Amino acid sequence: MRKLAPVLNVLGKMVMLLAMTMLFPLLVSDLTDDGASRAFHWGMAITFLSGLAMTLATMGVRRELTPRDGYLLASLTWIVLTGFAALPLLVQLPALSFTDAYFEAMSGLSTTGATVLVGLDGLPHSINLWRHQLNWMGGMGIIVLAVAIFPLLGVGGMQLFKAETPGPMKESKLTPRITETAKNLYLVYVLITVACILALMAVGLDWYEATCHAFAAMGLGGFSTHDASVGFFDSPAVEGVLIVFMLVAGMNFTTHFLAFRSRSLRSYLADVEAKAFLTLVLGSCLLASLYIWLVEVYPSFWTALRHVSFNLVSIATDCGFVSTDYNQWPIVVPLWMLFLSCVAVSSGSTGGGIKMIRTLVTFQQALREMSKQIHPAMVQSVRLGRHVIENRVVFAVQSFVLLYVTTVVGLTFVLLATGLEPVSALSAILATINNAGPGLNVVGPAGNFSPLTDFQTWVCTFSMLAGRLELFTLFVLFTPRFWAK
Amino acid sequence: MKIIILGAGQVGSSLAASLVSEDNDITVVDTDAAKLAALQDRYDLRTLVGHAAHPSVLREAGIDDAELLVAVTLSDETNLVACKLAATLFHVPRRIARIRSPDYLAAPDLFTPANFAVDLAISPEQEITTYLRRLIDYPEALQVVDFADGRIRMVAVKARHGGPLVGHELRSLRQRLPDLDARVAAIYRRDRALVPKGITVVEDGDEVFFLAATENIRAVMKQMRRADASVRRVMIAGGGNIGARLAADLESDYSVKLIERSKARAQQLAEQLADTLVLNGEATDEELLLLENVEDIDVFCALTNDDEDNIMASLLAKQLGAHKVIALINRSSYVDLLQGGAIDIALSPAHASIGPLLTHIRRGDMVKVHSLRHGAAEAMEAVVHGDARTSKLIGRAIDAIALPEGVTIGAVARGDRVLMAHHDVVIEAEDHVILFVPNKQLIPKVEKLFQAGSAAA
Repeated sequence: MRKLAPVLNVLGKMVMLLAMTMLFPLLVSDLTDDGASRAFHWGMAITFLSGLAMTLATMGVRRELTPRDGYLLASLTWIVLTGFAALPLLVQLPALSFTDAYFEAMSGLSTTGATVLVGLDGLPHSINLWRHQLNWMGGMGIIVLAVAIFPLLGVGGMQLFKAETPGPMKESKLTPRITETAKNLYLVYVLITVACILALMAVGLDWYEATCHAFAAMGLGGFSTHDASVGFFDSPAVEGVLIVFMLVAGMNFTTHFLAFRSRSLRSYLADVEAKAFLTLVLGSCLLASLYIWLVEVYPSFWTALRHVSFNLVSIATDCGFVSTDYNQWPIVVPLWMLFLSCVAVSSGSTGGGIKMIRTLVTFQQALREMSKQIHPAMVQSVRLGRHVIENRVVFAVQSFVLLYVTTVVGLTFVLLATGLEPVSALSAILATINNAGPGLNVVGPAGNFSPLTDFQTWVCTFSMLAGRLELFTLFVLFTPRFWAK
Repeated sequence: MKIIILGAGQVGSSLAASLVSEDNDITVVDTDAAKLAALQDRYDLRTLVGHAAHPSVLREAGIDDAELLVAVTLSDETNLVACKLAATLFHVPRRIARIRSPDYLAAPDLFTPANFAVDLAISPEQEITTYLRRLIDYPEALQVVDFADGRIRMVAVKARHGGPLVGHELRSLRQRLPDLDARVAAIYRRDRALVPKGITVVEDGDEVFFLAATENIRAVMKQMRRADASVRRVMIAGGGNIGARLAADLESDYSVKLIERSKARAQQLAEQLADTLVLNGEATDEELLLLENVEDIDVFCALTNDDEDNIMASLLAKQLGAHKVIALINRSSYVDLLQGGAIDIALSPAHASIGPLLTHIRRGDMVKVHSLRHGAAEAMEAVVHGDARTSKLIGRAIDAIALPEGVTIGAVARGDRVLMAHHDVVIEAEDHVILFVPNKQLIPKVEKLFQAGSAAA
């Protein structure tokens, strides 16, 4: 207990922070009088008091966090905060089981965007807003938010930051102080989100739908206020705006920040990852549209381009909006979309999966091994653009990819064992571990995760958490060494 | 002249060697007593053990009445501080510093009198890299040097059967290449200089020095020998400072392989060089060379800091089929022994890099001085000042100028124009005259020509 106390102390603060963020939906609930304010009153009260109790009970044993504490705290933050985030849903929807409420909250925070709720259109505005707000906060990271707000996290902040931020090279800081870095990232995030809200309002959405969808798009979460998702609007303009902002959110926010700071687009040119990401995604859009048109799913190329672009970008960036039932398309395209969701987005973005930088490094390393067969004496470094990737990082990336594949295979087999058919099982795991959203067949774009059994739902919940924390942060807790004295 | 040289490394030693023969009083300062002892054994100079940037050491070296300080230690910082001290504490009139880091060179303000007070920043590694680069760009040449901001080049080339001009008089060059202007500045036949005349017949094996506008160099070279196949593949042995710079310079235009002995250094090079294939191994390892297809290599450059390794590696590479081999060799006795034999070009780093320094210490307004034929001869670009009364050059046609025996004027750069030196060209004030001096002993006479004041005296 003595060992856990400092972790619980900070965790308590995180929980209180989460309680504070419920103010926004509460305010909306009061203003629109949608009848959900009780859910937020209770939710806030329980969450805040629990956090306060945790912090007060462990006051006496405050000390600096060690790297080990960092991993534990990051994982616990996500597990515990998800539970508290589910409270308003539980209060408002008495029929909802804890399993489903927890899944929904995890899906929100981990920016997966898969849902077990049916009848989204009829939910109170504030409840939907809360779901989308979870998407938004989970996108940049709840811990990053805490680091930005609580300077008192001090040295441990960097540890936490590293545990939550996606990508293989987390040492690079934008500013000397980690708090400043976190603040700057959130500043850029907020500015782009505001731009997204305004753009959506300009193409005809009201403030509530614009805000919800902007939150979901920027966090690459993919929740919607409609069961039919973005397909509800049936508007090429809305889809176009969302495509642009999903692509923006799929790039490294450090690059956005540098562009903001220097008032020039030079940082984008230097971002190898962003270039590869855009080339891969946009190239795939064109080819898949051509294919879909040629096999005559849609009568015109432009219709094919519209539907393929939106759904492909949405899945490839791990967002998860849907505008049409792409499960009806020839399987090659939806599977390719799921494959892209594993590899495409940049590190430091709000998306999930392996991340483009790891994809590129793995690829380069494979090329290096091949050249090494031809020139045994060769010494070569793996490089991305002008940057040299240290061997240490290359090894870490390879381990990550191996662990990722192993996890996908392992969890898919668990779902297969529970009786789910193969395409649904694999796609459910890919969609959740990449924090993408919809899978195929049972969990496909036309349906959602509600048909799953409780056990299957928990497997998917675990998959989302593991994916969002990039495996290592969570899995390190399962190693005996972590707990060794 | 009283000269203090700081640093007895490769650069310092070779500098000392070439300056001591020109009647200078030289003191060399270094922290390594063994290096100094070796220098003192071989040359007539004074040595002093101590830190090159400490005022007490400098004073002991006799800096108070020195005319020139040459700071060429391995450390840029030491060199910079030494120059500053020499300027502020000891009022040494001229200060030269070796600066290796491009970072410093990118900020020329650093060298002004108010700052580090460096009159001339030299980078020997860069000079050698440029020298090598020219040899790779012009694989038939023995040496290529620039004048007039690169608009004119002087090239040394060995005439061979198959070149259209070989076996014919020099004056026939005009009919063969009517559209361009070139000047033969000197011909060495069996290592003896001939004064080239219109009726001189070029023979197989002659070393011909000619001047031409940069774009015409290849055409003239083709007259002297059949062109070699153009260079595409270069192999560099030794990833030291010079090897790494050369690889970085070449890698965008050629396919470059670099062999480095130290694993750690190879790793570092692999990080620096994006397109070079870095190999970890010995350049004298026959199997490695064969595995890397040395027989298809167009130019093999042995650039380690060990003469014997360079010689062995380049001999081996040549034997295994490399088309042309260049070896960096410090010891001048080896250079004379090997050049033109199995090794195509034996390059002495001292002579390849001494140009800027010579430019600075020569009397008269020199723009460029290049050391040729391993230091025996020089080519220089000098500015003519004064007027017809004070200068022996201004207002006279070239064939009316009394030049020391063997010295030839090759070209004149006037403003933006380049004139090849035909006998009737009249020299004007502020012309840049490009001369070939076949023998170092003639240099004081040449210097005198360009000192306007001395002509009046």
